[in-house]
Amino acid sequence: MTTTVAEPVRDYDEVTAAFDPVLGLEVHVELNTATKMFCGCTTIFGAEPNSQVCPVCLGLPGALPVLNEIGLESAIRIGLALNCTIAERCRFARKNYFYPDMPKNFQTSQYDEPIAFDGHLDVELDDGTTFRVPVERAHMEEDTGKSLHVGGATGRIHGADYSLVDYNRAGIPLIEIVTKPVEGAGERAPEIARAYVSALRDLLRGLRVSDVRMEQGSLRCDANISLRPKAAPGEDQSAVPFGTRSETKNVNSLRSVERAIRYEMTRQADRLLSGQRVVQETRHWHEDTGVTTSGRSKEEAEDYRYFPEPDLVPIVPDPARVEELRALLPEPPGVRRKRLQAEWGISDLEMRDVVNARAVELIEATITAGATAATARKWWTQELARQAKTSGVELADLPITPAQVAALQALVDAGTINDKLARQVLEGVLAGEGDPKDVVAARGLKVVSDDGALGNAVDRAIEANPEVAEKIRGGKVAAAGALVGSVMRDMRGQADAAKVRSLILARLAPGEADGNG
Amino acid sequence: MAEELIRRTAAELAGALTRREVSSVEVTRAHLDRIAAVDGTRDADGVATGPGVHAFLHVSAESALAEAAFVDAARAAGETLPPLAGVPIAVKDVMTTRGVPTTCGSRILTGWVPPYDATVVRKLKESRLVLLGKTNMDEFAMGSSTEHSAYGPTRNPWDPTRIPGGSGGGSAAALAAFEAPLATGTDTGGSIRQPASVTGTVGVKPTYGAVSRYGLVALASSLDQAGPCARTVLDTALLHAVMAGHDPRDSTSLSDPVPDVVAAATTMDVSGMRIGVVRELHGDAENGSGYQAGVLRRFDEAVEALVDAGAKVVEVSCPSFTTALAAYYLILPSEASSNLAKFDAMRYGLRVRPEGVSDPTAEQVMAASRAAGFGDEVKRRIILGAYALSSGYYDAYYGSAQKVRTLVQRDFAAAFAEADVLVSPTSPTTAFPLGAKLDDPLSMYLQDVATIPANLAGVPGMSLPAGLADEDGLPVGVQILAPARADDRLYRVGAVLEAALRGRWGGPLLDRIPEFPPLGG
Ligand SMILES: [Zn+2]
Repeated sequence: MTTTVAEPVRDYDEVTAAFDPVLGLEVHVELNTATKMFCGCTTIFGAEPNSQVCPVCLGLPGALPVLNEIGLESAIRIGLALNCTIAERCRFARKNYFYPDMPKNFQTSQYDEPIAFDGHLDVELDDGTTFRVPVERAHMEEDTGKSLHVGGATGRIHGADYSLVDYNRAGIPLIEIVTKPVEGAGERAPEIARAYVSALRDLLRGLRVSDVRMEQGSLRCDANISLRPKAAPGEDQSAVPFGTRSETKNVNSLRSVERAIRYEMTRQADRLLSGQRVVQETRHWHEDTGVTTSGRSKEEAEDYRYFPEPDLVPIVPDPARVEELRALLPEPPGVRRKRLQAEWGISDLEMRDVVNARAVELIEATITAGATAATARKWWTQELARQAKTSGVELADLPITPAQVAALQALVDAGTINDKLARQVLEGVLAGEGDPKDVVAARGLKVVSDDGALGNAVDRAIEANPEVAEKIRGGKVAAAGALVGSVMRDMRGQADAAKVRSLILARLAPGEADGNG
Repeated sequence: MAEELIRRTAAELAGALTRREVSSVEVTRAHLDRIAAVDGTRDADGVATGPGVHAFLHVSAESALAEAAFVDAARAAGETLPPLAGVPIAVKDVMTTRGVPTTCGSRILTGWVPPYDATVVRKLKESRLVLLGKTNMDEFAMGSSTEHSAYGPTRNPWDPTRIPGGSGGGSAAALAAFEAPLATGTDTGGSIRQPASVTGTVGVKPTYGAVSRYGLVALASSLDQAGPCARTVLDTALLHAVMAGHDPRDSTSLSDPVPDVVAAATTMDVSGMRIGVVRELHGDAENGSGYQAGVLRRFDEAVEALVDAGAKVVEVSCPSFTTALAAYYLILPSEASSNLAKFDAMRYGLRVRPEGVSDPTAEQVMAASRAAGFGDEVKRRIILGAYALSSGYYDAYYGSAQKVRTLVQRDFAAAFAEADVLVSPTSPTTAFPLGAKLDDPLSMYLQDVATIPANLAGVPGMSLPAGLADEDGLPVGVQILAPARADDRLYRVGAVLEAALRGRWGGPLLDRIPEFPPLGG
């Protein structure tokens, strides 16, 4: 652990009263292609170090790159989904710099000729309003290897005894999506940044081009932020020049995106308000302490000596194929949500709860698997949302599938189990005991509907509670609830309450036995 | 017998092998014996010692004889084999060879044994040629004399005090010294053609993209092209046919079918063909243009020989060729500076710990290894290239050079509208003495003034012997250039010219080479 000296910060309200923030977000997405960007090596996450390498991605002398066509199509689809123009012709370039995890000591990346440019993404905020984030470009590049610094105190390269490099990641296709400067976010800048990354993640997941798992690094975010003085009333804010920006790296969760930007705003504001200047630099976000620390200074920009990659021919996408890909794009998440809301017949507020719970896809899949909209929504936004919160994971990461939820509800609908038992079945499924029917069988959780066993239990309850029985006989049908409770306890919950009730009434108030189930 | 075998052409050897008049083991052993007799020795670090041609950096005697025996066995079993099966070949050390050291003439690759074969090498093996070893070259193909090899220069078999050309001087000298009947080369600005010119042999730089670059250690990716080297036009065509063809591992590889170069080398008809003499590549002996008088005289005779054979001569002008050299020396170093960045001691090759540093960083090890591993010429070009690409200078240098490149391509297009092939002297001079230009890089660069335009435009070119210069008795080369993808025209014209000149000389030019001084002992 590095000891980070916290820099002074200002109160957030003070910041937003004095300054207008300008955001810039760079998101790197690892594509989920079966092979790397320029060679045939596989891309399985977590494989044995240096087991997925070849002369090309190791940068051996003489090896040459060949573009992964699937990777190119993924890039075009991302560009289209972000409402970008697709380049008629573009090239790769070499970004030259020395680093041990870069096999060729240059990165093959697009520079001044991105595959997609000039787009936007509409993101929905917590209050239901929409904010349009302008997208500058989406370009293709290759990932680097991964260094592991062994020994020393920090896990960083300085002070390490030695370093190991794993080239499995070298050459994995990346798409870098860069926004234009995002103006007009105001005090909602941190929220907008999080909502943008979240919307981008949903969009990429919908395109099925990436695993988009921030914790595994398949979606990585760098957040640029700068502050400029707030325009006086009546003045045009966009006429005020941008301030000096910092670039925060290592922002590896949605929550961190929001927190890191908020922190940087308060830190920069303190410098500006105390007469210092903001240094243009790379900063590292520390999830544990909630602060950023200074990294490499970018005041003297490194010269990457970019030039067109001579080992790859220019890319000229076939316009007919681009149109085909456009036509095959999935429905944009925003449009889809509106459609689903109508289909499910729920209010704006209810839909927002569903969205905030990140349950849209899960509910949809549960309905597809046979559940009704109401029951699917109930499971995911109540019991399962509670479970996710308790175990501190995303809803989608709970070890239960939409098909299992639908199967569970089917058991309830068939009367095999009741709601109370269903919760126990759910626990079993989450504990990895198998599908709902397996849990029912293994735990013996079936509702007892056998008249003999239930009848005996009812008789015992009537015998044990003569006063209550007398009340029911006297016409106080509502008192039956107490006897039902007694029977259910007796049966350890494994009984169909409606059935119990009707058996009680059949014995004590035959006129009420039907139609009151 | 052995003396007679090494003087045969590859086509003759292939015929004798097919007819089973001779075995591949006999042919291979004859060449290995010749190498042992004339190539000289190397010390433990691989540096040339004592007299000798020093064409080879590495000789694979055992594996060569083993492969030869396999080919003989296959032939004895009645298998149908490719045309050149069992014929020995020397491979330029810039091509990766699985299990065989590949140094590119550089210290920095000391000890590196590639885990894979270059596509060209794979094709040679599939065609059952017998790989004799790896030939010397200027470090990373930077040079025109092989003097920039970290392992010592190769000597010109015509005169051991002179250079054999470069960068592929090892391959050319191996052919001229009868150490191999065939050899491979790579040509970025003349590295096949200029050595052919100064050693009295034949070399072809095919159309860019005709031969795969996969496994060629890159100098300048947009200019590099591998090609065949031999002692006759027909042999060169036979090897060309083996090396060329589309390779899915090289994005810049052409997908067109390979022109029938072997048929073209046996057509023996140039009647009506238009031969364009490039004014800018002819020079003028009187006003000191850098072209040697004897070179121009042999070249003019070659043009006359083509006219006698029925061709028509036209003069064409390519004004941009005068600035091509300057553009080339910006594009080449730019690409090279990036291509050579991978040699950083992290994964393979030489690793040097910096002196006086107890706990060096990766960057310090990289810097120390590169400082120790690269020679002066390589460092000169890396620095030049890094400078030309740096922001603020990019447009003025790399950008302008690319514009010149476009002009060169236009000049070629205009010239090929008037002529079917273009001709010029390959090199302005005959072989110069070892050491003569080592301290004068610019005059060394001028050796390639006539060969560079073809690389900038991607068009194919051949050099073949035009005779010996009167003033020094050393070989002169004539260059033939054809439009892109028309490599066959080189062979059609080259074969006719070769036959005509041999008629005048009364046999191959190499018959006149003095016997290389036998090694002591
Ligand atoms: Zn690979």
